[in-house]
Amino acid sequence: MKKKNAENKKILLSHGSGGAAMSALVKEMMIDKFDNPTLRRLSDSAVLPPSGNKQLCFTTDSYVINPIFFPGGDIGSLAVNGTVNDLSVMGAKPLYISCSLIIEEGLDMDILDKITTSMEKTSKKANVQIVTGDTKVVERGSADKIFINTAGIGIIQKNTILSTKRIKNGDKIIINGEIGAHGLAVMSKRENFKTNIKSDCASLWGIIETMLSAGGIKFMRDPTRGGVATVLCEIAEQSGFGIQIKEETLPIHDNVSSFSEILGLDPLYIANEGKVIAIVAKDKASSILARMKTNPLGKEASIIGEITKKNKGRVVLETIIGGKRIIDRLTGDQLPRIC
Amino acid sequence: MKYITEYRNKDLSHKIANRINNLLKGYKGKISLMEVCGTHTYSIFHSGIMSLLSKEIEHLSGPGCPVCVTPNKYIDTAIAYSHLPDVIITTFGDMIKVPGSTSSLEKEKASGSNVKIIYSPLESLKIAKKNPDKKIVFLGVGFETTAPLVASTILSAKDENIKNFFVLSGHKLIPPAMTALLERKEIKIDGFMCPGHVSAIIGEKPYLSIVKKYGIPSVIIGFEPIDLLEGIEMLIKQITVKKTASLENQYKRVVRKEGNEKALSLINKVFDVKDSPWRGLGLLSKSGLSIKKAYAKFDAETNIVCEIEKTKEHPECLCGEVLCGTKRPYDCTLFAKTCSPENPVGPCMVSSEGTCAAYYKFKK
Repeated sequence: MKKKNAENKKILLSHGSGGAAMSALVKEMMIDKFDNPTLRRLSDSAVLPPSGNKQLCFTTDSYVINPIFFPGGDIGSLAVNGTVNDLSVMGAKPLYISCSLIIEEGLDMDILDKITTSMEKTSKKANVQIVTGDTKVVERGSADKIFINTAGIGIIQKNTILSTKRIKNGDKIIINGEIGAHGLAVMSKRENFKTNIKSDCASLWGIIETMLSAGGIKFMRDPTRGGVATVLCEIAEQSGFGIQIKEETLPIHDNVSSFSEILGLDPLYIANEGKVIAIVAKDKASSILARMKTNPLGKEASIIGEITKKNKGRVVLETIIGGKRIIDRLTGDQLPRIC
Repeated sequence: MKYITEYRNKDLSHKIANRINNLLKGYKGKISLMEVCGTHTYSIFHSGIMSLLSKEIEHLSGPGCPVCVTPNKYIDTAIAYSHLPDVIITTFGDMIKVPGSTSSLEKEKASGSNVKIIYSPLESLKIAKKNPDKKIVFLGVGFETTAPLVASTILSAKDENIKNFFVLSGHKLIPPAMTALLERKEIKIDGFMCPGHVSAIIGEKPYLSIVKKYGIPSVIIGFEPIDLLEGIEMLIKQITVKKTASLENQYKRVVRKEGNEKALSLINKVFDVKDSPWRGLGLLSKSGLSIKKAYAKFDAETNIVCEIEKTKEHPECLCGEVLCGTKRPYDCTLFAKTCSPENPVGPCMVSSEGTCAAYYKFKK
């Protein structure tokens, strides 16, 4: 892609007016970068090639984040990976995503350039094509810099059925790595805290494909907002079984645990953007874990607990000292405590 | 983190828990231990230590959560300030959800009030410098632990000649609350778990007269599972074996006998001790901090005048009784029904340090 002089230029209302300025912007910032045959047709909807008799999986998510750049990622990589991961945890191979931008008038053109370049790189890495999109510019103050909506389509192999209905007593709970980094990375950047914590923002399809190939996966979720605790609570409620997890098996990086300790936050409730929680058949757990560890996103994978008959609908944590406590959903935001 | 994990050792925890349970063999009746520190409330639930201990030990959460002891009138005042077009409220996060008589800062923020969540009172000064045409009102809520920080912020504001920074001082002192609880004969307290952080500032002295006058076993305790268990063991020993009350310090690695002189001198420099209203306990003599005359130009109450709504309390809310340990969250008809962390009726449901929130979250 040839980069025009984006420096010092700003987004104007006319960039969203549908005229020549908009065409040029869309071409430079999106089409040239996301380039693929489907997008190149520039039709009102993307016409996708047929994919046999497999099941389609369709999702959408909007991304609003402050700050838009943070250690380990940015709103662009988040918008691609987030939607890719929503498909992946359904067992769907992500194929196509859309890209709708709502941009605040006055945004620096080079910021937009960085974001769409990040989307380009992230989608290539995740092996998805951005095939359709939309751009709107709103008056200064009507949006905070940029909002992105991505919708995604993936295909599910006929024999892949992931559902909480398949969960049984004794099933194991696996996570692919250390928790809590994304939320803290964003917060540190926003509040100007000095930490080395980087967001775990990543596409999960690669590792999930590896996991699925081992068989025995019953259900998966990505613990984004609300963190691991919230996802486990939902699984316990939906499946009707209890969940027992062990604090000592939870992978948490030292930086994350000391930083959350200082702020009075609980890593179990902090958002992740590159983590998957899988409920797997007991006899398959070790082979799935072994496969996960071969993937860079699964090096710290760990069995963190199991499905139980007792404590139906509840998540019980065995604390580091062997005490027990019930884990509940996150209500509102975690707020640092006064002391 | 290695330093911390040593205080989370599983084998040692079980060893101490067993020793405590053995001490109670043959002891008749329940033993009620009260902590007066939100971080104790949180750590006790978070670590699950009570599940290791004999059911004869009862854990009472006293008035140790700063948000929870703040009366409605204070919140109403902050809300009234937030309605003034030239005011920016700065506050620690958990204050914004606390319901006042008819609203909360969270609701006012959504309808246009300028309320900013900050992590250190010093951030208020940056905001003040950036917004010279606004009045920045910091909600100074907290105990002896927070007060030195706020004092030092006021001193910095003076040094930097910042004229648009004000503090609404709702700071409170812990020892007077402990005394007030002991004066209420209907509350059975067999021992105090004295707050580690507050003690790091005030030292051992303020507790000595309480222990002597009321014969109440008291131990200054830290926040890790081993700290808590060791502190409880010291209390149970006083109650069941020694049968005399004394003040002991389990948290010697942090709490010095004389406290933190520098922090204390900051408090004394900027604040006067005054009578102060506590939710649930009423007006307690010499239990709060107001800004000294010499720093009156930073005192929100003397400088910003506005109309404050008439204070109303929710008739069914038992936060006051819960704070005193005379009622449990389960006793409240609102608990986990009308009142939840999503929609708190009383302040004890707001902060993660609040007793009701802790019961809701960890036990239900």
